[in-house]
Amino acid sequence: MELIYEKSQPGRRAGRVPSYDLPVPEVPAELRREAPPRLPEVPENEIVRHFTALADRNFGIDTGFYPLGSCTMKYNPRVNERVVGLPGFRDLHPLQEDEGAQGALELMWELEQILAEVAGLPAVTLQPAAGSQGELTGLMLMRAAFADRGEPGRNVIITADTAHGTNPASVTMAGFELEKVATTDRGNLDLEDLRAKVDDRTAGLMLTNPSTLGLFDEGIQQVAEIFHSRGALLYYDGANLNAVVGRSRPGDMGFDIVHYNLHKTFSQPHGGGGPGGGPVAVRAEIEPFLPAPAVVREGDAFRLDHDRPKSIGRVRGFAGPFGVFVRSYAFMRAYGPALKDMSDVAVLNANYLLAQLKDVYDLPYDRLCMHEFVLSARSAKREHGVTALDVAKRLMDHGIHPPTIYFPLVVPEALMIEPTETETKERLDEFVDAMRSIAAEAASEPETLKAAPLTRPVRRLDEVKAAKEPVVRHAFDTPTAAARIEAG
Amino acid sequence: MSTAGYLSLTESDREAMLDAIGVDSIDALFEQIPEGVRLGRALDVPEALPEAALVRHLEGLAGRNSDTSRELSFLGMGIYDHYVPAIADTFLSRGEFLTAYTPYQPEMSQGVLQAIFEYQTAICELTGMDVSNASGYDGATVAADACFIARHHTGRTKVVLAETLNPQVRQVVKTYAPGFGMEVVEVPHSGGTTDPGALAAASHDAAAVIFQQPNAFGCLEPAPDLAAAAAEAGALPVAHVDLASLGLLEAPGNYGCAMAIGEGQSIGNYQSYGGPHYGFLAARNQFIRRMPGRIVGETTDLEGKRGFVLTLQTREQHIRREKATSNMTTNQTLLALAGLITLCWLGPEGLRELGETCTALAAYAKERIGLPVAFERPHFKEVAFRTPIPARDVVARAREHGVHPGYALGRDYPGLDDVLLVAVTERRTPADVDRLAEVLAEVTG
Repeated sequence: MELIYEKSQPGRRAGRVPSYDLPVPEVPAELRREAPPRLPEVPENEIVRHFTALADRNFGIDTGFYPLGSCTMKYNPRVNERVVGLPGFRDLHPLQEDEGAQGALELMWELEQILAEVAGLPAVTLQPAAGSQGELTGLMLMRAAFADRGEPGRNVIITADTAHGTNPASVTMAGFELEKVATTDRGNLDLEDLRAKVDDRTAGLMLTNPSTLGLFDEGIQQVAEIFHSRGALLYYDGANLNAVVGRSRPGDMGFDIVHYNLHKTFSQPHGGGGPGGGPVAVRAEIEPFLPAPAVVREGDAFRLDHDRPKSIGRVRGFAGPFGVFVRSYAFMRAYGPALKDMSDVAVLNANYLLAQLKDVYDLPYDRLCMHEFVLSARSAKREHGVTALDVAKRLMDHGIHPPTIYFPLVVPEALMIEPTETETKERLDEFVDAMRSIAAEAASEPETLKAAPLTRPVRRLDEVKAAKEPVVRHAFDTPTAAARIEAG
Repeated sequence: MSTAGYLSLTESDREAMLDAIGVDSIDALFEQIPEGVRLGRALDVPEALPEAALVRHLEGLAGRNSDTSRELSFLGMGIYDHYVPAIADTFLSRGEFLTAYTPYQPEMSQGVLQAIFEYQTAICELTGMDVSNASGYDGATVAADACFIARHHTGRTKVVLAETLNPQVRQVVKTYAPGFGMEVVEVPHSGGTTDPGALAAASHDAAAVIFQQPNAFGCLEPAPDLAAAAAEAGALPVAHVDLASLGLLEAPGNYGCAMAIGEGQSIGNYQSYGGPHYGFLAARNQFIRRMPGRIVGETTDLEGKRGFVLTLQTREQHIRREKATSNMTTNQTLLALAGLITLCWLGPEGLRELGETCTALAAYAKERIGLPVAFERPHFKEVAFRTPIPARDVVARAREHGVHPGYALGRDYPGLDDVLLVAVTERRTPADVDRLAEVLAEVTG
């Protein structure tokens, strides 16, 4: 379809801005814009049609089942959108005096209390904008804590070979060195490997538990002991927290610093890529280093405390992504203590799918899983030349969003499946039927899988071409009639 | 099982599913968790609320905030009460956008991919740059991103910040800099703007120089001279700009900047107590492979039809891991979509008119408010005034009259305790400015 720029006609417009008949001062000539930006000139009706057409070409949880592993694509309750739009939240300026923002500060304080209880750690900052920024914040906290202890030489962070890519990337951005630890054939961290690698240069561990394999690390207490006995810290990547809320707490597992993904576990909608929220919880000893400002309660009043001399500083503007807090707080209050049932059902649903699919795909780690599991299309590839990518593309023709593929890296032809807790059994069964029918098709007509998807607005796209000759903005050349027809 | 929350299984579903798994209870599924780290009690959190009670509870909290619908507000300093068109709300509530993940599977995501491509185009047009990412977290973190790019591009370790760069932006750069192995140098203002000579002197051996246009005091910087001063020293000039100003003010790409960054909130996002909003980061083509975050590119499908994909992913954390250009995964796509829709709604004429209305109202405020202007410089939509009593006291007293008169600059700038920063947008009227002038006269008189 056409770009909005290709629908532009000089002289058309949508919005009108009030002018108030005031004299407009001249902008000094050397600062004044010479050529106007080529924004589209389109009437409002056509803007609405354009974005409606784009919406039609997109797939969300509202459209159908979305078992994208590690992304926790659960239903996003609409009441959360209603409350985030209340003028008292939506139209509140972040530099409003604290006494004019008591409701917002109370909400943040209450959210921190619930998050602290879920993690089993006493102090929370809401500031980080997303999980990866939570990771970076956590690593900065480690650096500050060791500097304060007089151990600035601790410069190595250990991550698992199953870690999300954000972990090693955060390690680099925080200025640490990276060391990797292997996973055993049961999917746990290799304790021998760990003992050999943890020493007085080790700052800490970054770990997702359950891991990206969807498996709880059965040796987590020994892992914690190895790090703590050598004076190092443990960081919990909360990407998979949806598996264990109310069942097990990172603080009780021995983690010192934890981030949450409010856009995963606590249902902030993913928005096609964001926004998110990545609060961080810590042990009492690390609390002084948390970002400023912090929300403080004094009797019935709340305020932002900027006077935190040991703080690592500010990691984001203002006090964090407040709209995300409103949605996640509303989500938590809709569950109450039944947040445990949320995780229970997430784990039940994943194990149900695993039980129904493990005879038709390879299962590299044959254990009960937590909230997600990883299958492999290794045999389909060897026997029929059908890859995980082909399976993923064919699922689209069943009206189902594919799982995460080719991750974690330790599993070849990986299909990482996370159903979440909000699906009905009928939806899960439809997925099982689709996956089984694709497995059968891999043997009977592999060409169909290679050609999939057949029912989407576009066929498979040439990603190599996109990267080799990057076209990352519209060129504004007048398109030829042929190009217009081809663009559809 | 409780009836709270958003679960979908019946009791008989659960039994059938446990049977299929071959366990007799949900507890059995959690036996892989070592006993010593199981919680073993109910979570101590507030009781569940049914939807109607939940809304009432949140209305109660929202009602305790003084938002700009109840208080006539002139607060700015980075976040502004601009008008958000109705159609932005319309599309942000569409589930196909709202509830989709990052578009890893392009055949399922052509809608958001094309929208991001259109957004990147709009940001490049406004800033005069060649490439924009799909968004950063906010106007502060994109400044840290620009430092990371400059650090690796130049091999230098110093970053120079104009003191008139938003204080929160400077604070975030200072938080990130040690991890990048960078030191931060700040250049004081001179009469409300940055002196190009002072900036040039500080820029020796710097990787990047970041200044803001219009600056944190609302003044127009001599931006082309600042960019030239930085470039002369071999540092990358980076302009932190307000999208709402770029219908009137020259694009940073047209006065020699290497990168343009900023907070997108003023175009399409509500104030929302500080977030979520979108940061934008645009650069010249030579930096394309050092850009952080997602970038959408155009390509073709099997049949030659145009389509869009996430591209240059070998920069990114899920491929390059510790060698990635950033750790960013989640960004601010939905807020950037609101920005794109708002820019389409304004069009080039509307964006220029928006700027003109803001400057006209700022000039009107200068004329009507009986306080001395702190910095005699051209202004865009914010003007700083000297107050005869501490500006914080002016704020407190004016608020008793139902007017929030602006930001007390002393909160960030020692020595400017008697300076009040007043922001206007097209949502304020000349009558609103008259009211502000009246209240300020009363509380400072």
